[in-house]
Amino acid sequence: MSVQYKAGAKLVSTVCDGQILVLRVPAVPVDLRIGGAPVVLASAAGDKTAIDPALSGGIQTGKRYTDEAETMEFLCTKGGAGTISVDGTALGIKAAKALPSSD
Amino acid sequence: MNLFTLLEMAADAMGDRVTISHGEHDLTYAELLVAARRAAARVRAAGATRLAYLAVNGPAAPVALFGAALAGVPYVPVNYRLTDTEIAALLARIPGALLVSDTVAGAGAVAGITPAELLAAGAELAGDAPDDERGIAVELFTSGTTGAPKAAILRHDNLMSYILGSVDFMGAEADDASIVTVPPYHVAGISAVLSSVYAGRRMVQLPAFDPADWLALAARHRISNGFLVPTMLQRIVEHLGDTRPDLPALRALAYGGGRMPPAIVERAMALLPQVDFTNAYGLTETSSTIALLDPDDHRAACAASDPALRARLGSVGRALPTVEIAIRDEAGVPLPAGAAGLVFVRGDQVAGEYHGLGSLLDGDGWFATRDRGWLDDAGYLFLDGRADDVIVRGGENISPGEIEAVLAEHPDVRDVAVVAVPDEQWGEGVGAAVVLCAGSAVSAEALQALVRARLRSSRVPQLVRFVDALPYNETGKLLRRVVREQLGG
Repeated sequence: MSVQYKAGAKLVSTVCDGQILVLRVPAVPVDLRIGGAPVVLASAAGDKTAIDPALSGGIQTGKRYTDEAETMEFLCTKGGAGTISVDGTALGIKAAKALPSSD
Repeated sequence: MNLFTLLEMAADAMGDRVTISHGEHDLTYAELLVAARRAAARVRAAGATRLAYLAVNGPAAPVALFGAALAGVPYVPVNYRLTDTEIAALLARIPGALLVSDTVAGAGAVAGITPAELLAAGAELAGDAPDDERGIAVELFTSGTTGAPKAAILRHDNLMSYILGSVDFMGAEADDASIVTVPPYHVAGISAVLSSVYAGRRMVQLPAFDPADWLALAARHRISNGFLVPTMLQRIVEHLGDTRPDLPALRALAYGGGRMPPAIVERAMALLPQVDFTNAYGLTETSSTIALLDPDDHRAACAASDPALRARLGSVGRALPTVEIAIRDEAGVPLPAGAAGLVFVRGDQVAGEYHGLGSLLDGDGWFATRDRGWLDDAGYLFLDGRADDVIVRGGENISPGEIEAVLAEHPDVRDVAVVAVPDEQWGEGVGAAVVLCAGSAVSAEALQALVRARLRSSRVPQLVRFVDALPYNETGKLLRRVVREQLGG
């Protein structure tokens, strides 16, 4: 199920505790899933269903997830057992250079 | 996006951790979340369109920042050091605000509430923060060193981009603590709250800076981190003399917000050898830091014998990975490394926007900082004053910075400011206000000879005036306009 998302949207998993915030998405509909099941808007969250064992690596609060070409980016606002996938491909943690605190 | 997300994440992941220490009082992330929800409910109950804050730093400042975000109204911290007339003029520009203050009551279109009332028990605004595209998080009045204060607009997207791009969530150790001395109305005061909350680093608030108080508080709270404006670090170094302080927990100090003499940094590094120093360069309009000189850069510059590497201690470092910096000439043409010109910056955190003026970004998203500077071949940025401070003497552009650097090297000179003075023949001439070290005596002629020997004759100050002190604002910004007036400009 492909959906056109917009930056700022808060989405929740239907298989685990995972929640994500859309930071950047391409201007085309994508099939966005966590743990193998389509995500839903935070306001529409309901009962959980079964996780796909192949997509159960999990996500961690505070990490950003992106595709290889970095065309999209999601912030994990609450960790969960499911892995984020887009159009069938699992996303990885965006590598960020560690910076010293400047504040 | 909405800044409130940062606090929700922190409260969810580390609710029992202390986020704010003020005097004897501690506030946990869970308590900060509740307090922010109460503040948001008070904003809604008052029908306010802004939440303004006019007080010294205290727990109510972060509460107001996040409460405003949840309520979907801008947070507007106001400088409490301004005169009553100046404050009244700023409040007239924010009608519909709810004003948090214990010194100024609400008046006219502005309703009033004290910090204690803001923090008192009460109803909470439940639910999610609004996600208005291009919602305004903060309105900050610039310090107005060159004219009437402008109201800079920082949107949620700008500040979120800065925090997500530069701070690791829960990156701090559980017992880390940062000493916050910058006032809430400074952009560094805003970024201190957001960075500390997202990193999970406890904030210890010191509302009024004093070097002895700073050292005592740092020892008592086992402070690990801190940010200082240059005058604060200078006063700490002068207070210490040759005595190394006993601060075993202190690991990292960042400084920024104005010109920092490299000699002070070297002194500080010698007094605090275990501390990582970071120079942060940023502006209100860029959501705080855009370039960093990191701890490794500091150590490499101090140890270097190559003058070009050593000079980097006087640079503000390299652009953040999420930010681009470019140098252009007056006509907007990009300049190569080594050439001095105007500093431009681009990135999602760059707001570059004011009330009444709109966005000042160009078509490609670049913002003119109005700072002058140049990049070396490794991308280190060296600043050379404000474009507005350049002295135009008979068509020749003269940067005060290079003359100040020469004069500051004289052993009897403690501080110096070079500004334009009126000149019948050239339009503008070079004037210098000089503060001598206690007990020193040096003639104007000797200082003029020093500049003549090191720079071109056009750089020699035609007017040298000895003064007791230079006018700085409380966050260490030199008030050049006042110096110009003192020298007859």
